[in-house]
Amino acid sequence: MKRFLVLLLPFLVLTGCSSSSTWGWYVINPMTASGWVNVKFLISGMGDTILISVIAAVISIVLGLIVALPGLAKSRWWRMVNRVYVELVRSIPLLPMLFWVFYGLPIIFREMGMNVPIDPFWGAIITLALSDSAFTAEIYRAGIQSIAKGQTEAAQTIGLNYLQTMRYVILPQAIRRILPPLANQFIYIVKMSAFASVIGMQELTRRANELVVTEYRPLEIYSLLILEYLILVLIISAGVRWLERRMGSDERG
Amino acid sequence: MSETAIELVDVNKWYGTFHVLKDINLSIQTGEKVVICGPSGSGKSTVVRCINRLEEHQKGTIRVDGIELTNDPNSVAAIRSDVGMVFQQFNLFPHLTVLENLTLGPMKARGLSKSEAEAKAMHYLKRVHIPDQAMKRPGQLSGGQQQRVAIARSLCMEPKVLLFDEPTSALDPEMISEVLEVMVELAQEGMTMVVVTHEMGFARKVADNMIFMDAGEIVEQGTPDEFFGSPRSPRCQQFLSQILEH
Repeated sequence: MKRFLVLLLPFLVLTGCSSSSTWGWYVINPMTASGWVNVKFLISGMGDTILISVIAAVISIVLGLIVALPGLAKSRWWRMVNRVYVELVRSIPLLPMLFWVFYGLPIIFREMGMNVPIDPFWGAIITLALSDSAFTAEIYRAGIQSIAKGQTEAAQTIGLNYLQTMRYVILPQAIRRILPPLANQFIYIVKMSAFASVIGMQELTRRANELVVTEYRPLEIYSLLILEYLILVLIISAGVRWLERRMGSDERG
Repeated sequence: MSETAIELVDVNKWYGTFHVLKDINLSIQTGEKVVICGPSGSGKSTVVRCINRLEEHQKGTIRVDGIELTNDPNSVAAIRSDVGMVFQQFNLFPHLTVLENLTLGPMKARGLSKSEAEAKAMHYLKRVHIPDQAMKRPGQLSGGQQQRVAIARSLCMEPKVLLFDEPTSALDPEMISEVLEVMVELAQEGMTMVVVTHEMGFARKVADNMIFMDAGEIVEQGTPDEFFGSPRSPRCQQFLSQILEH
């Protein structure tokens, strides 16, 4: 809490300068009626930013596991499937991928005779989840590989099949090594969700852009935008640290 | 009347170009206790690991209880359900209690109910003399206790054959006897056992057949009396003199 106040301090000081000619904090001064309308307009993007990020993260967590498993297979062909996916997806910058998903994917669907419209909301989610899944897949793979081979062998000798071995023996042990970096990855998603503004999603960044166009006050409005992301990310990283502590204290003695 | 429990015919295995197993021929009868020894890198663990398909052999035939081991997942599953395994490093599941370690296989692989599986688990924990540790995590037990839990975990699957891969090599000296004691009791109850070990006192006591391996081959084979009394091959003589010295 103390840290938030310290971070807020320069902002408040600058707000105090609102009378000077270089600064125009009045645009987002919650004390005035018009300023409050603007602030409300900006902050109300928070819901979509969070919603897009959370849904994308959930999809990425599931997709990442599905991609990671062939990477752990004995067969070279399965491992190849994993490598190709990870290297390909990891090397595509987010913005081109967003354009491809939003403008390109519907054409493919149409060619295949399916009418699947992709709105900005789902376009952003699909892109973020896809892009992030390459990273979560690597996190899973590293976490699972860190569990000693003897565990798999012991599970096999008591008759467990592959899925049972994963479910009851490997994943419960790997999860404490996987969860903290996975939560960290969520910060990446939140920040990258700003790109959704480009395809018309009215989240935090888009709203700031729209307001800048009408108010001509980029410095003040983008400062507030940055502060919004800062607060969001600080809350998440506090959560990640809490998770790390909990996972750490659970470690067997 | 004895029947063949395990049969290896001309089994060969390579790691890349390295020839780990060379024409291994071995026949183990039901109820028989076989002890395999030899210097490290001789392939003795690999033989045991091939029997339940933790390793694949490339040439030859392995038959367990009449079922031939092939790439068919059904044959692997069938053989694994007949064969239990005890590892050098115990390989208990650290995130589960002792009881859960024991019930996991019976419940998930055999479809037993929780209460049936727990009754069975407690029965075998009593047999390895640690029923009072059922609710602890493996990490809270001594090495000797952990290995006895591992033996009980194998027994819960009611295997026809039990394989031991250097079961006492990772233990402190004072823990070894409590594990060997359990193994001797199992032997006396008629379990078919294949044991890779350097515990020659144990071997003398329970082995029906002694096998000495070196460089991927079975060099010498015989009853403990023949084996310890008059080993024929110089390599085996040398090995025995080294490990029996102290």
